[in-house]
Amino acid sequence: MTALKPLAALGHAILQLLAAIGRVAIFAATSASHVVRPPFYIKEFAYSLMAIGYFSLPVVGMTAFFTGGALALQIYSGGARFSAEAVVPQIVAIGMVRELGPVLVGLMIAARVTSSIAAEIATMKVTEQIDALVTLSTNPAKYLTLPRVLAATLVVPLLVGIGDIIGVAGGFAVGVGQLGFNPATYLRNTVEFLEFSDISSSLMKGAVFGFIAAMMGCYYGMNSGRGAQGVGKATKSSVEAAAVLILAANFLLTNLFFSA
Amino acid sequence: MIELVDLHKSFGDKVVLDGVNLSIAKGESMVIIGGSGTGKSVLLKCILGLIKPTSGQILLDGQNVERVERDAFLARFGMLFQGGALFDSLPVWQNVAFRLLRGSLKRPRQEARAIAIEKLRRVGLKPDVADLYPAELSGGMQKRVGLARAIAAEPEIIFFDEPTTGLDPIMAGVINELIREIVTEMGATAMTITHDMTSVRAIADKVAMLHGGVIRWTGPVEQMDNSGDPYLDQFIHGRAEGPIEAVR
Repeated sequence: MTALKPLAALGHAILQLLAAIGRVAIFAATSASHVVRPPFYIKEFAYSLMAIGYFSLPVVGMTAFFTGGALALQIYSGGARFSAEAVVPQIVAIGMVRELGPVLVGLMIAARVTSSIAAEIATMKVTEQIDALVTLSTNPAKYLTLPRVLAATLVVPLLVGIGDIIGVAGGFAVGVGQLGFNPATYLRNTVEFLEFSDISSSLMKGAVFGFIAAMMGCYYGMNSGRGAQGVGKATKSSVEAAAVLILAANFLLTNLFFSA
Repeated sequence: MIELVDLHKSFGDKVVLDGVNLSIAKGESMVIIGGSGTGKSVLLKCILGLIKPTSGQILLDGQNVERVERDAFLARFGMLFQGGALFDSLPVWQNVAFRLLRGSLKRPRQEARAIAIEKLRRVGLKPDVADLYPAELSGGMQKRVGLARAIAAEPEIIFFDEPTTGLDPIMAGVINELIREIVTEMGATAMTITHDMTSVRAIADKVAMLHGGVIRWTGPVEQMDNSGDPYLDQFIHGRAEGPIEAVR
């Protein structure tokens, strides 16, 4: 029997994982179903757009700029090993737009937005504010979850687009200011090299990552345990889950868009 | 009229409600007493549908609450939560007028604000409190705002969950008086859960004691002191010795 214990533990872990996936899927489906069922809380949606989109701009912008600059330096020094320094504009553009832009914005949103949503909703839960919403004839999924998830799904692609542009600008600044590229040539090489599919895939990744980030925040917040410890655990778990799911979704989407 | 019929609720192996039977007549103020962890809050949340009972029936005016339209059902209730449960992100007046700003009871914004200010005045708060945020208020003021929110839509039934917990004796007395006055003037049915005996005597028409998952005793508040029930006697006199085991 002892020999079967590891197998039993593995089976238990798999069952727990499947149950968790089921719970998240039901939560997501229930929340999404409110998109077509009034009432709609426009003010909460507008507030979420501002909180998730506008107020994330500084952190997204700085992350993208420094990453674009570092990428230009890496490609230049790496490319020098086989006399390919000239490809800096093209690789920075493709690297930022296809991969680093969406992933870094997704991860920054997981850090900034998922944690904030989870902590806010979890605190509301432990202080009975969620119960109060229900007694005031307001569906928490409609009032709290849907506006946040919808706003993140719509606004994170915009943030990704802005992050892509600022990332390329970071590469441009380093390329022109430090590595001696001609500005006009750098820009022309960037613009001519990028294809529409690079940009559309970047924005679609942004929508998926935004959905994941907000959904994980809401899910863990709504299912928080009691007290300060419960809020802390919900916040930590939401960021972990969002980050891992964003990276997993990125792999799947990259496979879907770009595998031969 | 609210009627609980053989209500059971378990969390895993832990049985909290083990066949609760209780009737609350229209316009009556029922106070449920019982020690901490005896399931008073669970009972209240079962009635509101915040927790699903394991078995049993909850009837409102003879209708099973599981079969009535949820929004219409909830529109008949107001609730004062133990900690106030005010929404931090909204100013006081929007907390009070929450129900009047959205949903089936929606009113124009200015009218909703005027009603909120009137309800705040009713619970003894000045209009300048209306634009403050809950975090800027003392515990007693938060309880009053919670009370104003509970009565804002003039519900037929009001629930009070530990209304005096965490308040000093004078503020607790003020809240008790307010509850009694408001329930009387609105003609509302009230259900209060508490273990504060001063509240019980100030608020109750009838008292029910919840112990061991069942209603151990119920009757008019005047008969409480002469019930002859050893559990109730121990509880209302706060004795450490008696049939109720105190965890030390």
